[in-house]
Amino acid sequence: MSSRDAILQAVRQNRPDPVPRPPTPLFASPDEGLTTAFVEAQKRAGGTVVSTTADAIATLLDARFPDARVIASTAGDIVAGSMDLHAVADPHELADLDLLVCRGVVGVAENGAIWIPKAHLGHRAALFIAQHLAIVLDANALVWNLHDAYARIDVAEDSFGVFVAGPSKTADIEQSLVIGAHGPRSLTVFLLTE
Amino acid sequence: MSTPLPEIPLPVIDHAAAAARFVADEARTNWHDASLWQVRQKRDRAAQAVPEWEALRDLASKIKAHTLSRLDEYLAQFEEQATANGIQVHWAKDAAEHNQIVHAILARHGVQRLVKSKSMLTEECGLNPYLEAQGIEVVDTDLGERIVQLAGEGPSHIVMPAIHVKKEEIGALFHEKIGTPAGEADPGRLTEAARQHLRAHFLSADAALTGVNFAIAETGGFVVCTNEGNADLGVHLTPVHIASMGIEKIIPAAEHLGVFLRLLARSATGQDLTVYTSHFHRPRQGQELHVVLVDNGRSAHLGRADFRDALKCIRCGACINTCPIYRRSGGHSYGSTVPGPIGSILTPGIDLKKYQHLPFASTLCGSCGDVCPVKIDIPGQLYRWRQLVTEEGHAGRSKRRVMAVAGQIFRNPRLFRWAGKLGRRLLRWLPQRAVYHQRNVWGRARDLPEPPRQSFLEWYAAHRSDNANKKGHDQ
Repeated sequence: MSSRDAILQAVRQNRPDPVPRPPTPLFASPDEGLTTAFVEAQKRAGGTVVSTTADAIATLLDARFPDARVIASTAGDIVAGSMDLHAVADPHELADLDLLVCRGVVGVAENGAIWIPKAHLGHRAALFIAQHLAIVLDANALVWNLHDAYARIDVAEDSFGVFVAGPSKTADIEQSLVIGAHGPRSLTVFLLTE
Repeated sequence: MSTPLPEIPLPVIDHAAAAARFVADEARTNWHDASLWQVRQKRDRAAQAVPEWEALRDLASKIKAHTLSRLDEYLAQFEEQATANGIQVHWAKDAAEHNQIVHAILARHGVQRLVKSKSMLTEECGLNPYLEAQGIEVVDTDLGERIVQLAGEGPSHIVMPAIHVKKEEIGALFHEKIGTPAGEADPGRLTEAARQHLRAHFLSADAALTGVNFAIAETGGFVVCTNEGNADLGVHLTPVHIASMGIEKIIPAAEHLGVFLRLLARSATGQDLTVYTSHFHRPRQGQELHVVLVDNGRSAHLGRADFRDALKCIRCGACINTCPIYRRSGGHSYGSTVPGPIGSILTPGIDLKKYQHLPFASTLCGSCGDVCPVKIDIPGQLYRWRQLVTEEGHAGRSKRRVMAVAGQIFRNPRLFRWAGKLGRRLLRWLPQRAVYHQRNVWGRARDLPEPPRQSFLEWYAAHRSDNANKKGHDQ
């Protein structure tokens, strides 16, 4: 018997009597205060939220990252970027990426998480290898909790998707929080309010 | 006929002895205790900020109960969907088969350098030494895991692998292994050095291996949670991604992710969510994506009605952080891949004799059960394992004798009263060294309370007779 069949058979023999599948509610969401809660959650996670308009972002980024040389953008209508992600064949070529600018799909107020599917990344690696990350998010795309977020996205639609909640961090040395573990050293969220 | 060879018993994990070595350094024990209690307090604040926390725990527990009751069906569904997504699904009965499968994939691609993100399953399977023996360089990329790997140790905690190591020790280790300046012990600068050191490994790796937090039967994808971004940095650069998972990591549908993810990070570290919650459904263009489904004793555990709930565990570590024994004995004292309360109810199922002491490494205070996000009755299971250990004859001789005597005394009220009276007198009269003699294991680190003048029964009888005289006044 194959290992597959042996495992499935053992599980079938040993599984308990059927237990019904409980319904998953969305849980009550407050009607107001989504933006405030989202900003607070991002702050707790080490991110920075800037409420702004699309045409102001390029200038804000220039001021925030004056030394950034290699900039990739999948939000070309907002920030031009210095390189074309589509021209990159091997993600290793992104090793010197200073900044990635991309669009988020849904933002979660209770935890600051932003859903980004592969289609918004060009290369999956770009989101993790960049020294800094900036995400453009429509304020209308905020929901209260993860239940609501999962109800609005299709996790299997794209080959890969990720909730990003803050810059990369670690507390593995004596529980001291250090921002910038392996991924981006900062996260700036531009919340489009117009 | 050949003469039977004499039996060579395998070592039994002696938690108490290992814990005694740990607590010998009192300052360090207190530091360890305080570090973990701080995490527990962060967990409390995060949990209390969610109004529906208890409803979520209840729901998570019920979803897991449902999933376990149809685990075979969900596993088959996952396989079918994942295969349709272009993921190659493998099945491993045990640790050895898991390691062979992983090695075969790596060998086929001529992989020499593997980067790994945190996976307690591969620790359980002993994957690193297996691959290293075959000439493959394995680099653990989670900072805590890299620290213990460089130190030649295993993780002492499932979420915070290097929680037992001080920053000065990490500084000395990094100085020796990755060339940081001597005496550097600043967590920020040490982390930066590790970032540079590991980035070189990420960029030169031929394959990446990750664990799995949740696998979704309905969509045939899986979710990996990290704060550092190390799992993603590894897998998005390499041509091969292998994800190893225990068969209990299956959940029915994507809607359930919301429930478990709201509980996981809050229970683990007090964060609202991990920084990266990555959903993998299809391989990257030009990449191979493999999932290895590992049993290694889990299907057998499912058959143990008293203990199967332990398979609901989502590996948050909350029970470990809150456990007064773990906090004061350290993860290595358990001698098992998963330490602390959850380890103490999982490992006896793997080898009851070897891990016979672990169910006793608890005060049964119940805190582990109170914080468990999937409501596993950990203290109840610890108690039940103790009964089994004793029934199987593994309890020590002195413990068996004491229990037999105690059983006789508790069964007989007159004997109980007499023994109590005798005990109260003896404790007052006997010299210290007679009370705290060598055989009194309990008294080695503890003082007995001041013996009372009378028993409760005597006190009650005295006061009851007074009450009896006033009978009728109460009505």
